[in-house]
Amino acid sequence: MATSTVPNRWSASWTILRIALEERLVYRGDFALGTLMRFLPIVTQIFLWNTVFQAVAAPASGEQKLVAGYTYEDMVAYYLLTMLSRAFSSMPGLSSGIARLIRTGEVKKFLIQPIDLLWFHFLSRVAHKLAYYSVAIGPFALVFFLCRAYFPALPPTDTLGLFALTLILGFLLGYFLEVSLGLVGFWWLEISSLIFVYTLLSFFLSGHMFPLDMLGTKWHWAVQLLPLQYLAYFPAAVFLGKVTGSALWFGILIEMVWVVGLIALSRWLLRRGIVRYSGFGG
Amino acid sequence: MPIESSSNSSAQRPSYLAVLRTMLRNSLVRDMSYRSNFLIESITSLAWMIMNLGFYLVMFRFTAALAPGWGKYEFFAFLATTMLINSLVQAFFMPNAEEFSELIRTGNLDFALLKPIDTQFLISLQRVNWSSLSNFLVALCILAYSVYRMATRVMAPLPLHAWMFVAYPVYVACGVAILYSLMISLAATSIWLGRNQSLYDFWFYITNFSRYPMEIYEGSVGTPLRLFFTFVIPVMIVVNVPARIIAQPLGLSSNAGGASPPGPYPGFLLGFAIVATIASLIAARWVFQRALRSYRSASS
Repeated sequence: MATSTVPNRWSASWTILRIALEERLVYRGDFALGTLMRFLPIVTQIFLWNTVFQAVAAPASGEQKLVAGYTYEDMVAYYLLTMLSRAFSSMPGLSSGIARLIRTGEVKKFLIQPIDLLWFHFLSRVAHKLAYYSVAIGPFALVFFLCRAYFPALPPTDTLGLFALTLILGFLLGYFLEVSLGLVGFWWLEISSLIFVYTLLSFFLSGHMFPLDMLGTKWHWAVQLLPLQYLAYFPAAVFLGKVTGSALWFGILIEMVWVVGLIALSRWLLRRGIVRYSGFGG
Repeated sequence: MPIESSSNSSAQRPSYLAVLRTMLRNSLVRDMSYRSNFLIESITSLAWMIMNLGFYLVMFRFTAALAPGWGKYEFFAFLATTMLINSLVQAFFMPNAEEFSELIRTGNLDFALLKPIDTQFLISLQRVNWSSLSNFLVALCILAYSVYRMATRVMAPLPLHAWMFVAYPVYVACGVAILYSLMISLAATSIWLGRNQSLYDFWFYITNFSRYPMEIYEGSVGTPLRLFFTFVIPVMIVVNVPARIIAQPLGLSSNAGGASPPGPYPGFLLGFAIVATIASLIAARWVFQRALRSYRSASS
């Protein structure tokens, strides 16, 4: 990119980001409604857990009822916080979109133009998320305000900082994980079954359905080493103080290893995929 | 405006049963020509179901009952009822409701309107997704197992009566009819709105309220929610009524463990479910006809 005929890389990136952002904000009404409705299943979860906690026997010492170490308030706060972590980590349609680029041959344009495929999609995802947050902050603030009684006191600043870090790492992890899945399309063309397996596993093991602490110790190591927990469970657990001290740093370390590993994997898949790829027609 | 299907009273009345049989057979032939796809779809929906079961199995490691009167096997019977009803809706009506908005967008609804048969009937049942019925079979197994476990346990075994096995399918059918009415009404609104992607999300979120025993909705927010989704949009009785028939036959108040249930009396619910089903079907018919009157063909 050193030659002067090619536009400055950053100005090109800025243009991509701006266009993608404007494109997204066209549908802000639909966005806001969609976000608010996405909280509806949480309402059922709150009621469900309320009755479950009523049914659970109280400990003899007269302490609070616990399920897998969670009080009822923790549990509700957990579900709300996973909504937040998923707002960062979920990438709807990313892997299928990339596979479609490959299948339809649209990927050719990235081979010709001086724009990197992964960087372009990264920027449009960032734009998508920024547009999403600018609209979703309203519904999120409303729901969190209404449910403020369920939250424990705000954790100390350093925990909050780490919480923010896990959210951003969650975004990177989600992005490069889905991109890597999508790039398998260079080999398989049709990856919907792969995406299905991924969705199924992440549905269960990301902690989006229930706190992973409920799985018990047998599953503990598998859950800890898989990247899926960082998509929903981990940030929420950090905020609620369920992971502290060395376990917290260990978790963040594993997460960073996954992010770096997945970046390398997606680069490698892209390079190998392009070597394999043959485009025909105009 | 001028489009009105089968207005001529002297016209020959189509044989609905024969048409239905043909549509069922055609769908089966279509499904069977892509056999591996059929297999994958069945496995896919089964896998989701098993994941769902897994979640509740995890949950029952921490509690003996989900709500007063809903122990493990009672709730699994409830869950099986949810699956039965959903699999029927998914097999018969979901693909058609999806197709309906596509028909409107492309203008192909013209062809349906021109046929000498009731448009709602044709639109609702044209395409049947047989692979969803694999869920139906598995749900039946779960139901049978749960009932067997409840009936043979030492503590408070479930008394089985013949009327339960007659009433259960009737109320399952009522549940399917209520969900169908909701779905076809939502799909019909795409005539006015053009596209209705968020309406399907809406359907998913609304039916979310049918998935748990109605006892869990209590308190200053829960009671209004329960009343709303019982009497205004009756999704909460879709699963609750048949599930109660099989898991807690009449015995809501005789349940030893729980306090008296917050809901209305079971006898009242049995009657109300029938009324709600008929009202839903009539309302859906009305919405559908109104929507058709606003239809303007998109073709040429």
